Amino acid sequence: MAQLKLSSLAKHFGTAVAVEHVDLEVQDGELVALLGPSGCGKTTTLRMVAGFVTPTAGQILIGGQDVTHAPPYARDTGMVFQSYALFPHMSVAQNVSFGLEMRRLGRAEREARVGEALKLVKLDHLAERLPRELSGGQQQRVALARALAVNPSVFLLDEPLSNLDAKLRSEVRLQIRALQQRLGLTTLIVTHDQEEALTMADRLVVMDRGKVLQVGTAEELYERPANAFVAGFVGRCNLISGFIDPDRMFRCDWGGAFKTPDSSTPGKAIFALRPERVALQPGAGQGIAGRITAITYLGSVSEYHVDVAGNGFLVSMPPPPNDSPLRRLRVDDPVSLSWDVAAVRILPFEPSSNQGDEP
Amino acid sequence: MMVAARRILFRGWVLLAYLAIFAPVVMIVTISFFQQEIVSFPPEGLTLRWYWNAWQRPEFARGFVSSLQIAALATVIGVPIGTAAALALVRSSLPGRGAFNSLLLGPLAVPGVVAGAALYMFYVRTENFLDQDIIATLGGLIAGHTLLTIPWTVRLVAASLQGLDRAAEEAAANLGARPFTVFRRVTLPMMRPGIVAASMFSFIQSFENLDLTMLLVGPGRSTLPVAMLSYLEFRIDPTLAAVATVQILLVGILMAVTDHFVKLSRVI
Repeated sequence: MAQLKLSSLAKHFGTAVAVEHVDLEVQDGELVALLGPSGCGKTTTLRMVAGFVTPTAGQILIGGQDVTHAPPYARDTGMVFQSYALFPHMSVAQNVSFGLEMRRLGRAEREARVGEALKLVKLDHLAERLPRELSGGQQQRVALARALAVNPSVFLLDEPLSNLDAKLRSEVRLQIRALQQRLGLTTLIVTHDQEEALTMADRLVVMDRGKVLQVGTAEELYERPANAFVAGFVGRCNLISGFIDPDRMFRCDWGGAFKTPDSSTPGKAIFALRPERVALQPGAGQGIAGRITAITYLGSVSEYHVDVAGNGFLVSMPPPPNDSPLRRLRVDDPVSLSWDVAAVRILPFEPSSNQGDEP
Repeated sequence: MMVAARRILFRGWVLLAYLAIFAPVVMIVTISFFQQEIVSFPPEGLTLRWYWNAWQRPEFARGFVSSLQIAALATVIGVPIGTAAALALVRSSLPGRGAFNSLLLGPLAVPGVVAGAALYMFYVRTENFLDQDIIATLGGLIAGHTLLTIPWTVRLVAASLQGLDRAAEEAAANLGARPFTVFRRVTLPMMRPGIVAASMFSFIQSFENLDLTMLLVGPGRSTLPVAMLSYLEFRIDPTLAAVATVQILLVGILMAVTDHFVKLSRVI
């Protein structure tokens, strides 16, 4: 295992910029997730690390060694592909053995390491099967074993769970995480699924349109998003654009006014508030008056969509107890919203930006 | 009611289509067992006499062996060439690939007689130039038949290449395989269904070719279809049906064997 370092990495396809100036260090044994919507450049970045895409500018260092222009076969990376990319004409054992053959290991050692790798993913009993005779989840584990058998310096995962069904996905991501921690693998994973990134990664890199927007732990990104895109992409968020007046009141574009934390400075801004930090009372009481437009029961939480002067507000909370008046709320009922000003985040104003998952 | 009626009508059409396809085959096989020399219904009796007759005529035996030889060698030469061409067409960034593609598929569009006549004239010139026989030699026939195998190979192999998962090749490179090793260990085996199908088609194309071959054979060197045509010029008895039945059987076996390795419905 080794450290992976990307500095000022960029990729242009003609005039189109796929990746712009990515700086990132993945420490020894750390799992970093590249997170972003499709087309954000995360896969291109991963493919540059693997050597399938030649960077336009910048440097890639694996264990301190510059591999920017090394061909894929000369880089010590192990990659798991989104489609698994198993060799269809080879048995499971032959698939796993391939990388070891390329490293010119003797037969005895190859067999031992294939056995070990398959045991790691609990597939040792299926060694002689062909890939097409396995389920999707099993194929995925063969792909993992094949990449791990060569004991790579850097482990690369390209949307490894996107072809699995939801139940299996949450299981496998924990298994991959456990394996990664046990083996101390320096890992870079690409995903568009924020939940996947939050559960697996030590640190997340949020990307959009070729740029890195923020790097941090799940908590940092959730509690202190750098901008509206991150706030909307990592978890859900109420985002309102407007400006802060000299009295530190946030003036929404639609006319509402909210208090902001003392640290805020006047000027154009985006007001961000997590849905679970908003309290909801039935009836027109103190607070912001609104009207329920939809209620979604999700088991562990209930989500209330509230219309405030023509603008959507999302409120989430654990389902209220049976005797609570909240239980009797119906669509079109009046409600009032309130929140602690400390929960408010003021984010930089972005004129034409895509503000992520605005409710 | 309407739906049921339509379905019956549709089934009727399908049945008719199958009949149209299989009737000649069934006819030929049946006639080959008829006793009388001039075919008429009903048969006076059934016999294997025509098979014995075909077996005893040297031109059929020799033609059969020649046809096998030529088809096998043309396939062995044409399939690698066609495969290489398909690789270049699908994988390289060669300029003018579209033009090359049309050129390679050309023999499919040109009538065999025209191609045969052109080849004949080309062979005559070359013979004069090299002072060596080409027409009616095994080499000349194989060269001509190789021409028949290339377009089919290009088509079938290119189709199988287009459907190939390139991530598997990337995975091999990622595991440390150099480009040639990737090709040998991953790309080529994954192309196998296309290559097997191409070989079978090439073999059959060559084995049963008449029009192009007709112009390139000579005394002492003929193929089975040409021998059959010559026989027909003088006689019309069920011997030909017997020979044709053997031919149909051989092609059928070839298809069945290929289908065992590669599901034909997947490549064609």
